[in-house]
Amino acid sequence: MLLNQFLVLSAVLFAIGVYGVLARRNGVLVLMSIELILNAVNINLVAFGSYVSSISGEVFALFVITVAAAEVGVGLAILLLLYRNRQSVDLSEADLMRG
Amino acid sequence: MTVLGALVAQNIAFGVIAAIMVFAAIRLVTTRNVVHAALFLVVVLGGVAALFLLMGAEFVGITQILVYIGAVVVLFLFGIMLTRTRIGDEEGTDHPNRLPAVLAAALVATVTIYAVVSGFGDVEMPADSRTTTAEVADSIFSTYIVPFEAVSVLLLAALIGAIVIARRD
Repeated sequence: MLLNQFLVLSAVLFAIGVYGVLARRNGVLVLMSIELILNAVNINLVAFGSYVSSISGEVFALFVITVAAAEVGVGLAILLLLYRNRQSVDLSEADLMRG
Repeated sequence: MTVLGALVAQNIAFGVIAAIMVFAAIRLVTTRNVVHAALFLVVVLGGVAALFLLMGAEFVGITQILVYIGAVVVLFLFGIMLTRTRIGDEEGTDHPNRLPAVLAAALVATVTIYAVVSGFGDVEMPADSRTTTAEVADSIFSTYIVPFEAVSVLLLAALIGAIVIARRD
């Protein structure tokens, strides 16, 4: 297998995730797109770790998985609060801090 | 199986998994049904786990299935359930004007793919790059013990923070 196979697939997934973050208005869907981006990063970490025969890539991927789980927990709690206050998770309506 | 046969099998497996993943990822960011989006996320996460196993990273692959498909997706389904009134297709999941998002994503894809193709033209992966769970454990609990403890505290902080933010009082 070529290293590039994994890197290109990861780049494609990353770009799809960027599109999702920018194009979606529903907060839950934006969080899902962020998960897509983090997973693309994880593919890169493990691929490079395997390429240089180092275990560090896998360990960093595990850390990224942990941080992503924490991020989803806090993110969904914030969305829940947003929904409770505004009866909507539409992010374009959450403009209280817009200058 | 010969070495060449194993290599061909690996490449076919990669092609199938990659095609499924890209399809599911595109549907994930385009579908109007939020629950379907969560289920497409399961397909993508499962594909990533399969890629980890293909690269010989058994522990990361299993953790991916346990943490992401087992916990994060359930969290997402709860989030959908608690923030929505009806299940099904709905309006207003996307911005009306998606052209800037398409352009930004195309730019990111072009730059990254150009960078990795020109940087790692035809570099081969090692033929056998399997790593065991024991090696991962040795590394986490020796070299990376401080980041490991920091991540533990981070998880605790996120847990308490999520409860404090979301509880009614």
